[in-house]
Amino acid sequence: MINYIIKRIGIAIPTLLILIAVSFYLMHAAPGGPFTSERPLPPQVLANIEAKYGLDQPIWRQMINYLSGIITEFDFGPSYKYHDRTVNEIIGRGFPITLKYGFWSFIAAIGVGIPLGAIAAIRKNTWIDYLAVGVSIGAQVLPNFVMAPLLIIVFTLWLDWLPGGGWNGGSWEYLVMPVIALSTSYMASIARITRSSMLEVLNTNYIRTAKSKGLPTKVIFFRHVLKPSLLPVISYLGPAFVGLITGSVLIDIYFSTGGMGYFFVNAAFNRDYSVMMGITIVVGGLTILFSLIADLLYAWIDPKIRY
Amino acid sequence: MIVANKKKIKDMAENFSESGAGRSLWKDARIRFIQNKAATISLFVLLAIVSFSFIGPYFAVWSYEQIDWNAMGSAARVGMPSIESGHYFGTDDLGRDLYSRVIQGTQISLMVGVLGASVAVIVGTLYGATSGYLGGKTDQIMMRIVDILMSIPYMFVLILLLVVFGRSIGMLFIGIGLLSWLDMSRIVRGQTLNLKNKEFIEAAKVTGVSDFKIITRHIVPNLLGIVAVYATLLVPGIILAESFISFLGLGVQEPSTSWGALIKEGSGTISYDTEWQLLFPLAFFVVSLFCFYFIGDGLRDALDPKER
Amino acid sequence: MNYLPKSLATGFVLALFASSSVFAATHPVTGETLAEDQTFTYSLLDEFTSVDPQIVEDVSGADIVRDLFEGLMNQDADGNLVPGVATGYTTNDAKDVYTFTLRDNAMWSDGNPVTAHDFVYAWRRLADPATASPYSWFAEIMALENVGDVMSGDAAPEALGVTALDNHTLEVRLTSSLPYFAAMTTHSSTFPSPEWIVRTSGNDWTKPENIVSNGAYVLTEHIPNERSVRERNSLYWNNDATILEKVVALVINDENVDFTRYLANELDKGTVPSGQYIRLKQDYPDEATSFPRLCNYYMTFNLSDSGPEAFKDVRVRQALAHAIDRSVITEKILQAGQINAFTFTPGATAGFEVPPVAFGQMSQDEREAKAKELLAEAGYGADNPLSFEYIYNTSEGHKKIAIAAQQMWKEVLGAEVTLANQEWKTFLKTRGAQGFELARGAWCGDYNEASTFLDLLTSPSGYNDGKFSNAEVDSLMLDARTMDDASSNYTRVEEILANEMPVIPIYHYAGVFMLKTNVKGWPYNNVEQNIYSRNLYKVAK
Repeated sequence: MINYIIKRIGIAIPTLLILIAVSFYLMHAAPGGPFTSERPLPPQVLANIEAKYGLDQPIWRQMINYLSGIITEFDFGPSYKYHDRTVNEIIGRGFPITLKYGFWSFIAAIGVGIPLGAIAAIRKNTWIDYLAVGVSIGAQVLPNFVMAPLLIIVFTLWLDWLPGGGWNGGSWEYLVMPVIALSTSYMASIARITRSSMLEVLNTNYIRTAKSKGLPTKVIFFRHVLKPSLLPVISYLGPAFVGLITGSVLIDIYFSTGGMGYFFVNAAFNRDYSVMMGITIVVGGLTILFSLIADLLYAWIDPKIRY
Repeated sequence: MIVANKKKIKDMAENFSESGAGRSLWKDARIRFIQNKAATISLFVLLAIVSFSFIGPYFAVWSYEQIDWNAMGSAARVGMPSIESGHYFGTDDLGRDLYSRVIQGTQISLMVGVLGASVAVIVGTLYGATSGYLGGKTDQIMMRIVDILMSIPYMFVLILLLVVFGRSIGMLFIGIGLLSWLDMSRIVRGQTLNLKNKEFIEAAKVTGVSDFKIITRHIVPNLLGIVAVYATLLVPGIILAESFISFLGLGVQEPSTSWGALIKEGSGTISYDTEWQLLFPLAFFVVSLFCFYFIGDGLRDALDPKER
Repeated sequence: MNYLPKSLATGFVLALFASSSVFAATHPVTGETLAEDQTFTYSLLDEFTSVDPQIVEDVSGADIVRDLFEGLMNQDADGNLVPGVATGYTTNDAKDVYTFTLRDNAMWSDGNPVTAHDFVYAWRRLADPATASPYSWFAEIMALENVGDVMSGDAAPEALGVTALDNHTLEVRLTSSLPYFAAMTTHSSTFPSPEWIVRTSGNDWTKPENIVSNGAYVLTEHIPNERSVRERNSLYWNNDATILEKVVALVINDENVDFTRYLANELDKGTVPSGQYIRLKQDYPDEATSFPRLCNYYMTFNLSDSGPEAFKDVRVRQALAHAIDRSVITEKILQAGQINAFTFTPGATAGFEVPPVAFGQMSQDEREAKAKELLAEAGYGADNPLSFEYIYNTSEGHKKIAIAAQQMWKEVLGAEVTLANQEWKTFLKTRGAQGFELARGAWCGDYNEASTFLDLLTSPSGYNDGKFSNAEVDSLMLDARTMDDASSNYTRVEEILANEMPVIPIYHYAGVFMLKTNVKGWPYNNVEQNIYSRNLYKVAK
């Protein structure tokens, strides 16, 4: 097990490096730079700015400078667009926000998705099952850029229950709509996965045996069905978490939450190289971390797997 | 979603190879599929949508790019759905016929979905089959590369790609397709490992057939079932991804359109009394995606005997 | 034992305050009853770049800087020049030396006096290559002595032509005569900055916990991409006249959400979603607002060598310009009081009379007939259709105009036009490198004078992406710089443009927004829309 973890981390480092190198080159290959604007800067001004940020050096040199800044000082550099802020500050401010609503969406997706899937499986081919399947596919295919504005119209404009956006330190009334908009499609996926894997488990011989032995349904369910049914759900959690972070782009746009998603898209359009790199590295690192955690969880629950 | 079915497909793949991939399996599968009402109905609905997207234009009064100058700018008052004006689905804000645009969007979105899935399937199958068949060190390295690629936040990379190389529909499906072949390659590899030691492969090897030929002629055809299931489930995922890209303004070029672009436009004007601008494209989008999911589920159940 | 009387006294004072608020305050001039809550909340489509006066490069950032800092001169509600930190100025006959007298009661929010040295520091900072300000070009168009050498690092910032003769006298020396120099000091780049704070806090000096400013407000909170708050600066020299206590700017990236939140009363000022103005004007006649802006919208032909051969023929350019029905664009697509444009310079520009150019006088039918005639003369027709590509940057509004224009050209001229939208930076790069055939363009005036527009179409201009070059235009514009009244030159230039048609003018902008009826004091007549929050107030409903 320890060996396996070490091996995975050993892969993680080159992965991150490749990710950094590819994104770095891609970014600089994009037409225009952070200081391209409607009013082209006089060459002198542009030269001053590029010298200040080291953009006048060859790309490989810039990349080495950038990497050494990260490694030696944990410094992701200054933002080229928001001049009075550093990338560390932007990430330090935006990331906890994304994490917070991401976390609650995650909890909501699991907390509703698993029971929904389980009920559908137990009551297979009844109206409850059809309803659950229908609702979950529906939730999955309704784009959240349709859902988000609708939520605001309903809860803010019509009902006047919730503020239409903002973050306010993450108090609950500002969390409700972002969490609903972000979690539904993952909730739906989890429900569908739970349902199908639970059906499979319910059909296995040992469950049939348990039933025929007359064990109480509750005992069978919690002791023998639930745990193995959750295995596929667990392998889904890693990618799901990363998906939640990508999905935060929409949440930030519609609910003005100030999270990291919108900073990324904005940085891509503004060619704010350092912000884009910083966020890519953080998200890439997290992706790796979460797929590792998911795999370990999987191994821990499923004794058949050996590393 | 894509990941959701991974384990199931893997299990299915195991059963599949055990059962020997004979002709009877396909026949059984067809019977089982037809017995699955949701899947059969979905298949017909989907076929209806596809044929509509080809036959529909013959009934259109307006082309998808033509502007009805009367309706322009007053969609809420003039551009509502009407048989009389020829705008069966109403118009968009510019006075363009939504009926023709929905048809056009349907063609494009389905094309992106299908072509994107094909890219993923082709690359994934060849890669996975090669890796699994060759085995040993090559296999290890190839799979490590997949591990590495899997840890890349792909939506971020896609945004970068579209920004760098400009927006084009080709870039879009290549981008989405190339980024979603990874799961496919893993599944196919596992499957190939099982097939590899089967007699008919051994026989081919002994008679001196080249590795490439063995992979393309003997291994890949035996993977078709699982590939079909996976592809069906991949299509809606890719269509959803395209709609997200359209939302960011990086999708197809005007005057072409897609479901995502139409839905985005429609959802923007939802509170200005032009609800048809959202409802028609959204209905096509949702119904088609429902169909793909049901068909995918149906295919999987049909091809996996153990499921009964 | 001292506690009791003290707390009693506090209680008494508090009671006094409380009771005074019962008798609601009134506006000192108009006598309107003021609302109790003087908090003004408005929305920004995007996070502003900075609140550092020498760094800020976007309009929404400049609006905030104008509240936090005060320059030499201000504008009133009509855009006229009024004293700011300076009580006035004198200039020599050549108009290349200006002397500003500063008021002695101006103070920074930490209690230090505002002196001429603060301006000297700020202007040097603007030009200093070490600051690397994206707006340092403003120092260049101010024509300060030695600005070129300072910016290139060949001279120390101290060489810049700005000197503090004493604490309250600022002398500015220019390389050329600029009659409108004083008006340039209303621009946020010229606002003073507190040297002692910039030195101690470095890049962090604009953070709410560090910032020291001399305007009517101080920055008290800033959460990037969410909100920023500025509150009354009690040390501002004219603090007694400030009515709004607090100004809150919320970042809302989606215009429809923005509007929904305005309707939900979360905003005092909100966005009008594109194309919805007419409807909203009917539903909310007192809230939906539109007024002319100093901006134009045009399409530019690529006249350089890389441009298509067809556009070298003036008849083709004329035909395309004639074939566009501007009323459709302004009345049906934009619907917000935009003005059809047949000249490059907006009519709202100070001292500019829109000349009666020929194609502006025709009816649309006549224009279309003329367009067909011109294109036929140029040798294009059904068997030899004109075809070209039009590029624009990704945006809902530009897209609609591009599609409409494409259809107009198709229906009137039978031209085959391909549309290509590019994401903003890519678009700028393509246009700047003459990699296009026809491209969208827009320009907003830096100051309220026709040359801010027309200079763009002179040969040496760095913004002339179509590479139009006309010797007469160049000399007319050069002469205009030193003329007291250059309006005849501007008229002549517009006439040349109408004949040569290097660009197709489409419309002149209108500013639109939703403003709650209880917010008063909005400077609608200020075409540059330089807003000072201290002039706004909220009346009781």
